[in-house]
Amino acid sequence: MTNEGPATIEAATVVKPRDARLQMFGEFWHYFSVNKGAVIGLFVFALLILVAIFAPLLSPHSPDDQFRDFFLTPPAWQEGGNAQFLLGTDAVGRDMLSRLIYGSRFSLAIGFVVVTTALISGVILGLLAGYCRGWVDTLIMRVMDIILAFPSLLLALVLVAVLGPGLVNAMIAIAFVLQPHFARLTRAAVMAEKNREYVISAKVAGASHLRLMLVTILPNCIAPLIVQATLSFSNAILEAAALGFLGMGAQPPTPEWGTMLAEAREFILRAWWVVTFPGLAILITVFAINLIGDGLRDALDPKLKRS
Amino acid sequence: MLRYILGKLALIIPTFIGITILAFGFVRILPGDPVLVLAGERGLSPERHTALMHQFGFDLPIWRQYLTYLANILSGDFGTSFSTKTPVLKDFLVRFPATVELAIFAMIFAVVLGVAAGIFAAIRRGSWFDQLTMGTALAGYSMPIFWWGLLLIIVFSGTLHWTPVSGRIDLLYFFKPVTGFMTIDALISGQKGAFRSALSHLVLPTIVLGTIPLAVIARQTRSAMLEVLGEDYVRTARAKGLTPFRVVGLHAFRNALIPVVTTIGLQVGTLLTGAILTESIFSWPGIGKWMIDAISKRDYFTVQGGLLLIALIVMSVNLIVDVLYAVINPRIRAN
Repeated sequence: MTNEGPATIEAATVVKPRDARLQMFGEFWHYFSVNKGAVIGLFVFALLILVAIFAPLLSPHSPDDQFRDFFLTPPAWQEGGNAQFLLGTDAVGRDMLSRLIYGSRFSLAIGFVVVTTALISGVILGLLAGYCRGWVDTLIMRVMDIILAFPSLLLALVLVAVLGPGLVNAMIAIAFVLQPHFARLTRAAVMAEKNREYVISAKVAGASHLRLMLVTILPNCIAPLIVQATLSFSNAILEAAALGFLGMGAQPPTPEWGTMLAEAREFILRAWWVVTFPGLAILITVFAINLIGDGLRDALDPKLKRS
Repeated sequence: MLRYILGKLALIIPTFIGITILAFGFVRILPGDPVLVLAGERGLSPERHTALMHQFGFDLPIWRQYLTYLANILSGDFGTSFSTKTPVLKDFLVRFPATVELAIFAMIFAVVLGVAAGIFAAIRRGSWFDQLTMGTALAGYSMPIFWWGLLLIIVFSGTLHWTPVSGRIDLLYFFKPVTGFMTIDALISGQKGAFRSALSHLVLPTIVLGTIPLAVIARQTRSAMLEVLGEDYVRTARAKGLTPFRVVGLHAFRNALIPVVTTIGLQVGTLLTGAILTESIFSWPGIGKWMIDAISKRDYFTVQGGLLLIALIVMSVNLIVDVLYAVINPRIRAN
């Protein structure tokens, strides 16, 4: 990309770490941007982050304000609509657009928190299993198999039933069901890298176990983890919305998209907009992230053909 | 082959024990007094409390409780529901056929459309059809199916009045369940219009439940076909002058089938997850709705038993897929 000129000249002499990194990024971007869908996904995702950050500035009303004269007002362009409420209002007269805008905060936060939690715990378990092998490996991987034997949503539902309904508990439950995927991936990657020469030479040079695991091996297992993290991000949003929809996730009046759908269910045949827009918001977000995930997979793992 | 199957079976034992520990532990980690939580009775007299503690075996050491639980399960006793007072296994078996019927229809829908779309997308790689199909598949994969169901109801039931909103059959028809499969029972009953009614109730739930498997199968079929179409033997087949239909149908597709079959098998877990949402939207009286109802009613023994039964089904299906995989792909067996 833009670093072609000076960076390559310097690279011929001495490669500074920063330039090398730039070059790697350039190469990555080259492969990533070949996939038009991925670029569109990235653009939409960036837009969503901006919407979430600037929600108070963008939304025309507060998400909780109830306008008592405007129950179930249709969107502005429909007959009976009101320019004040672009996407209409819900059953208690709250502005749909404002609630959707604030809802983006929840979905993105859910994605970030769940993926970070699942990633950290999964990577630690996977590192331990792949590095130590033996009974540690057997124990950890058996437990992961057990978690994977349950349909993920069902296990999350039951966990939330134990912990009590709510957004935080829903996130814990989803992170719990997603982390075996990270553990399995890390373990497989660690086992593939463990006996490579660079690891053995680091070992001979006297690196401690912790250093070998975290500094030597882990950075080389990152690519599949990034792809998995992206896919888990969209999964987390979908599952949290499903839990909200079933009444076990975020509780009303939180403007979480799944919870909004649950509240809208009884008006489904009377007011199409209260059902359509929250779901559309979920679909667009998840679709954008999955597009990015596909692009990342192509760019980071050339061995895997695009599917 | 036998050794391979036995090896897989041996691996299942620890998983089975783990699943039972998880299901057993679930009731034990509920906050509060187990008797109060489970019985849902208020103001228990101390005598009644002690009697209940004894009845549920909570006065025994935890490992004895677990062993009793395990022994009960092995003899087919999955506990008794608090709300219906019937054995959990019986409640489960009454509802299971409804879920299986829906899942079979969804799977047929997903496999037929998914495999066809995947093959055509692979043959016409890079064409607008390929791009459209794969774009749609990714959108389908990203679909919040609970919303998709509501949307279909708005369009096809609310606006067009083509399909019913919920249930398995019109209230007009009543007959004793023989197989538990509404479509078959309707045929057996011989009542006019019953089969049609059962089918029309299946349309929307089938589409909703089949959407994600459809997307996954279409993507997987396409990539498996692309891989195979690049192989030497396909080029040889083409060079021999075989018709494109024979090349794709006989030479390529048969070899692309292996990963596709695995994907189909792995979709069973997805189907069960989807069944929870689909059944709850369409008031479909299967195990998904049963579990949701049990959770909201805090009928913990039903939740515990249902969780275990569903996990056992997923586990068995995975085992069958593993074995089938070895049957169609001899290379796996050799390893």
